[in-house]
Amino acid sequence: MNLARIAAKRLLGAIPSLMGVVVVTFLLSHALPGDPAVLFAGPAANADSVAQVRAHLGLDRSLLAQFLSYVGDMAHGNLGQSLTTGQPVLADLVQRLPASLELTAAAILFAVAVAVPLGVLAATREGSLADHLCRSTVTVAAAFPTFFVALLLVYVFYYLLRIAPEPLGRLNDVYFEAPPALTGFYLIDAAVAGEWTTFRGALSQMALPAVSLGLFALAPIARITRASLLTALGSDFVRTARACGLTRRKVLVTYAMRNAALPVVNVLGMVFSFVLGANVLIEDVFGWPGVGAYAVKAVIQSDYVAVQGFILMMATLYILLNLLVDLLSIAADPRVRMEG
Amino acid sequence: MAPIAPLSAARPLAPPAARSFASLRAVRYALAENRLTLVAGVLFCLLLLCAVLGGVAAPYNPLATDTTARLQPPTTAHLFGTDALGRDILSRVMVAARLDLGMAVSAVAISFVIGTALGAMAGYTGGVVDAVFGRVMDTIMAFPLFVLAMGIVAALGNSVLNIILATAVINLPFYGRFARAEVNVRRDLAYVEAARMGGNGAVRILSGHIVRNILPTMAVQASLNMGWAILNAAGLSFIGLGVRPPTPEWGIMVSEGASYIISGEWWTFVFPGAALMLAVFCFNLLGDGLRDVLDPRRRT
Repeated sequence: MNLARIAAKRLLGAIPSLMGVVVVTFLLSHALPGDPAVLFAGPAANADSVAQVRAHLGLDRSLLAQFLSYVGDMAHGNLGQSLTTGQPVLADLVQRLPASLELTAAAILFAVAVAVPLGVLAATREGSLADHLCRSTVTVAAAFPTFFVALLLVYVFYYLLRIAPEPLGRLNDVYFEAPPALTGFYLIDAAVAGEWTTFRGALSQMALPAVSLGLFALAPIARITRASLLTALGSDFVRTARACGLTRRKVLVTYAMRNAALPVVNVLGMVFSFVLGANVLIEDVFGWPGVGAYAVKAVIQSDYVAVQGFILMMATLYILLNLLVDLLSIAADPRVRMEG
Repeated sequence: MAPIAPLSAARPLAPPAARSFASLRAVRYALAENRLTLVAGVLFCLLLLCAVLGGVAAPYNPLATDTTARLQPPTTAHLFGTDALGRDILSRVMVAARLDLGMAVSAVAISFVIGTALGAMAGYTGGVVDAVFGRVMDTIMAFPLFVLAMGIVAALGNSVLNIILATAVINLPFYGRFARAEVNVRRDLAYVEAARMGGNGAVRILSGHIVRNILPTMAVQASLNMGWAILNAAGLSFIGLGVRPPTPEWGIMVSEGASYIISGEWWTFVFPGAALMLAVFCFNLLGDGLRDVLDPRRRT
């Protein structure tokens, strides 16, 4: 099978998950206790006005009819109106999504860049100081409450050392202007436009949130890298390669690491789930203007339409990321392709 | 090494005393192998003590405000300092242990029981039941889990009970899938066939023969899961869900203390956050230790 066909097949395979997600978000909002009509009508409403609101919102129809119109609206890109911002939820989310994506991508890059070398170092020198360091880092990092670590970093780097900028958003708008929107990623946009001072400004704002989010993702990646590389290094083909007199480098990079790559790629699926969740907490701490902070505000103000849109968007994003992990794992290990 | 019990005498029938002796030795071996497990055990006892006796042992009333002693740094009178309302942070951290651990333990217990029961049923019967079960678990896992938990609390209403429920739901797939897989490989084994031949019904075979055999691995799963459940519940209250002020709870205390970072009152968020971190650390280590004793093959 060629890659495009596999990709298409996996994409089709994601459809049941997507449908499940739509059903769950619908059920969460409609089949549960609490009456949205009372909420929408406000505290001063009487029975009549509540009934009016209910009819207006279509809440007096059967659950199935409501579901169908919900799906229909969604197909037209209508996720409803946010109660708090008064804007269509989709527009709100799309406007804030690049900020969240940029932060998440930076965090994952940081985590992979630290965790993989750490895991490799630990596995090639099993029992050494580096190995112990790796294992203790992994154990400690797995216990980090992201939001607490984020606050600690802010305290140390902003309050004590005065190196980091104030933890408020993506760019200090007193000194900087947002770069011309191209991708919505400030770092990329600023680099494309050649505005290097803005680039530095955005980078310094992003460093702390990305690191605190990345620390959280570091533990599983380092642990799996170490474990799977150890397995590969102990295997017959590595022994054979060594016996044939290949260089250490060749044995490690070409033989062992290539074979150890698959579990590492697969664990990324789980890491994405953690990071997308923890993103919410980090955005809350750093005043990051992304979808997570938007959702927290919406949850606190019982703006369920907005929360629903957010959950739907995150689940879709997560399914797409898992698809990416699938394709990466095919690239990492051709044997996966055979299983179809 | 301590003298070893004469095994040859105990071997033929392995009386209960010898068996528990052997498992005690396994525990001692695991502790000697990994000193950290011992540290975790001590920490666990401390946490448990706080959870049980926190209200009695706390030096101050965790809710008592004192406007004359606002935002005091740690002193001998207030070891962890005081918060913006002059409440003693040490007392609040101690009392909070009960709520934080309680939420996590109840959530894990719910998902453990329901997940194991459903997963075992699906793995044993197979067919449609199994397919539906698999689909439902897949759907839960299709969400970033913390986001799903947020959505559940937002929909069900903002209460501690709903935090527990949400945490239980997002943990369900871990137990469900695990139990399903473990039951599925065992359902046609000889001892299960024998039990079936003996005229036992499905429920009896599952509860008396199969689930009993997978309980150790499930227990390892549960203890490894505890730390994550604590983080999840505390994360939800950090963003303002579930626990209401002035209730002492680590997540919400960190969140309240966060406003004083820029003025340098570090003790307001560091101590509750450190308590949270230690609790998670302790359960992760205990889980690792328990795995070494009960399920040594899964060590990584």
